[in-house]
Amino acid sequence: MPTAEQHGIKEHSDGRFGFVPVQTRSDRFKSVNVADFAPVTGREAVWKLSPVAKFTDLTAGELDGSVYPVESTPNAGITVGWVDRDDSRIGTAGAPEERAAANAWSSFDQALAITVSGEEAKEVTVTRAGLGSAPRGAHTIIDALPFSQAVVILENTGDARLTENVEIILGESANLTVVTLQEWNDGAVHLANHFASIGRDARLKHIVVSLGGSIVRVNPSVRLAGPGSEAELLGLYFADAGQHLEQQVYVNHDAPNSRSRVTYKGALQGTGARTVWIGDVLIGRKAAGTDSYEQNRNLVLTKGTRADSIPNLEIETGDIKGAGHASATGRFDDEQLFYLQARGITEEEARRLVVRGFLSEIVQQIGSAPLEDRLQAAIEAELRGTEEE
Amino acid sequence: MSVLEIKGLHVSVETDQGTKQILRGVDLTINEGEIHAIMGPNGSGKSTLAYTIAGHPKYKVDSGSILLDGEEVTTMTVDQRARAGLFLAMQYPVEIPGVTVTNFLRTAKTAIDGEAPAIRTWIKDVRESMARLRMDKSFAERNVNEGFSGGEKKRNEILQLELLKPKFAVLDETDSGLDVDALKIVSEGVNRAKENTGLGLLLITHYTRILRYITPDFVHVFVDGRIAEQGGPELADRLEDEGYDRFLTESNVG
Repeated sequence: MPTAEQHGIKEHSDGRFGFVPVQTRSDRFKSVNVADFAPVTGREAVWKLSPVAKFTDLTAGELDGSVYPVESTPNAGITVGWVDRDDSRIGTAGAPEERAAANAWSSFDQALAITVSGEEAKEVTVTRAGLGSAPRGAHTIIDALPFSQAVVILENTGDARLTENVEIILGESANLTVVTLQEWNDGAVHLANHFASIGRDARLKHIVVSLGGSIVRVNPSVRLAGPGSEAELLGLYFADAGQHLEQQVYVNHDAPNSRSRVTYKGALQGTGARTVWIGDVLIGRKAAGTDSYEQNRNLVLTKGTRADSIPNLEIETGDIKGAGHASATGRFDDEQLFYLQARGITEEEARRLVVRGFLSEIVQQIGSAPLEDRLQAAIEAELRGTEEE
Repeated sequence: MSVLEIKGLHVSVETDQGTKQILRGVDLTINEGEIHAIMGPNGSGKSTLAYTIAGHPKYKVDSGSILLDGEEVTTMTVDQRARAGLFLAMQYPVEIPGVTVTNFLRTAKTAIDGEAPAIRTWIKDVRESMARLRMDKSFAERNVNEGFSGGEKKRNEILQLELLKPKFAVLDETDSGLDVDALKIVSEGVNRAKENTGLGLLLITHYTRILRYITPDFVHVFVDGRIAEQGGPELADRLEDEGYDRFLTESNVG
C-alpha cells in the first residue's frame, strides 16, 4: 500500500493508521521508476477492482522491453518508427500512477513514435499482431504537431501479456482521433495507460474499443492543458463469459474554457463477464469556463455478470459552464423484446437490434467508415458467440 | 374470408400472492372487416385478453384456444403470431434506444412479408402514412418511442398498423391519454387501415369516447374475466349513460 511519505501528505490528527488517502485525483503519486511503488496487493485504489493475482508477472516480474513487429498503412504526413529513450517527447504527457505502468516505463528499450503533421485529413492503422505470450513492456508516443489532423487507429490482435504506456501529445489546434482497438486472443492480458496532453484549441477524440482478451484494462488519462482545448472520450466494450474489461478514465481540466465529454457503453453476456468503469473528472482552479459531462451505460444481457460503474467529479472552481455525470446499468428489457417480436421480428433479430442500437451510439462517432462497418460486424460476432454457448 | 375465433379461453398470471386466474372462459368470433368493441371496468381482464392474443409471456393459457383461420395461435411464438397476421397496438409502447423508426419499420415489414419491401414504394408509403397521421418527418430518424409524447406513441402504433397490414388488430386502450384532436387523427388512421385492407378490429376501451369516431359492429361488456353482455352500438350508448354499475353488483370485482 502507498505510504503517506510517498504522497507527501500529513497524517490526519485523529488518524489511527498513519495513512491518509489521497484527497484529490491530481495528488496521486507518480513515478516512472517501478522501484518507487510497493508490491501490488489488490487493495490499492487503482487495483481494487482488478484480478491482480492473474498478472503478477506484469506488476512485479521482469519484462521484455525489446522492439516488436509493427505494421502500419503508409500515409503522407504520418511517420511511424522507433525512437530512443532520450527522445524529448517521452514523459511530456504524463507519468505512471501504478506499478504495472511504471514497470513498463522502466523496461522499454525504444518507443514507437507515430508523428502526425499536415492540416489535411488522413488516417493510419498501426497493427500489432505478434507480441507473443511472454510478459512485455512497451511505450508509444503519438505526436500531433500544431494544426495537424489525423485519425490514428491502434489495432491489437493475437496473443499478449503486455503492460504499456501510450503518450498522446496534441500541439496547438491539432485535431486528432485515436482509436485503440483490442481484439486480442482469448488468453491475452493487456494493461494500458494512455496519457494525453492537449494544447491550446486542440481537439482529441479518443475511443477505446475492447472486445477480445482475457483481461483488458485501458486507462486513458487526459490533461486539458491549453485554453480552449477539447476532449471527447468514447468507449465501447463487450464482455463475454470470464472476461474482465476495465477502463479508468481521468479528465483533468487544467486550463480555462476547456470542454470534455466522456461516454462509455458496455454490454455483458455470460457467466463471469465483468466490466469496470471508473470516470474521474477534475476541474482545477485554473479551469474557469469548463464544460464537462461524463456518462457510463451498461447493458446486462444474461445472469452471472458484474458491472462496476463509478463516476467521480471534483470541482475546484465555481466559475464553470457545466459539469455533470450519469451512470446506469440495466438488464435486457423483456418488454422491448416483446414489442419487437409483436411486430414479427424474431427473438434473435430483436436482441441484435437492441444491442446494436445500444452500442451504435459509440460506433457511429468513430469517423472511419470502414472501421465502423468492421466494428458492427465484430459486435454481431460477439452476439452470435454467446448464442452458441 | 379470415376469421379469428376465441373459444373457452382461461388465462392466469403468476403474482407474488400465487397464481391468479383472470380470464374465465372467453368466447368471441371476429370476422374480417368487423369491428368489435370490448368495454369493461378496470380489472375486468380486457388488457389480459389483448396481451394473451399477442402472446405476452406473462400470461398463461390454462385452457381454451385462439384460432386464426382454423390455426391454433396459442402455441405460436409472439413473432409467429405477428407474421400470421395479428397486431397489437399497445397501451404503453416501449422505447427502443438506438433503433430508428425507419430501421424498425423496415425490419418489421421485412419480417412480416418474408422479403424486404421495394425501396421506392416503401419510402413513399411511410412518408404518406406519417403525413396523414400528422407525424413530422423528423420522427423517421428518431429512436422508436424515445422522447415521444403519449399521443405521438399512439400515432406511431397506428402508423405500424397501416404499414404492416395485419388481418386482425387488437387496439388496447389506444384512446387513453389522447386529447380530442389526437383521438380524431388516430381514429381516422384506424378507419383508413380498415378501409384499405378490410382487417378485423378488436377495440379495447374503458370509455365510449373513441366509439364516436370508430363505429363498432358489436359491443361486448367484459366483467370478471368473461363477456357479460353483448349487443350492437346501442349498448355502448347505454353504458355511456349508466356506467358499469349494474354489472358490478353481480360480480366480485370491486
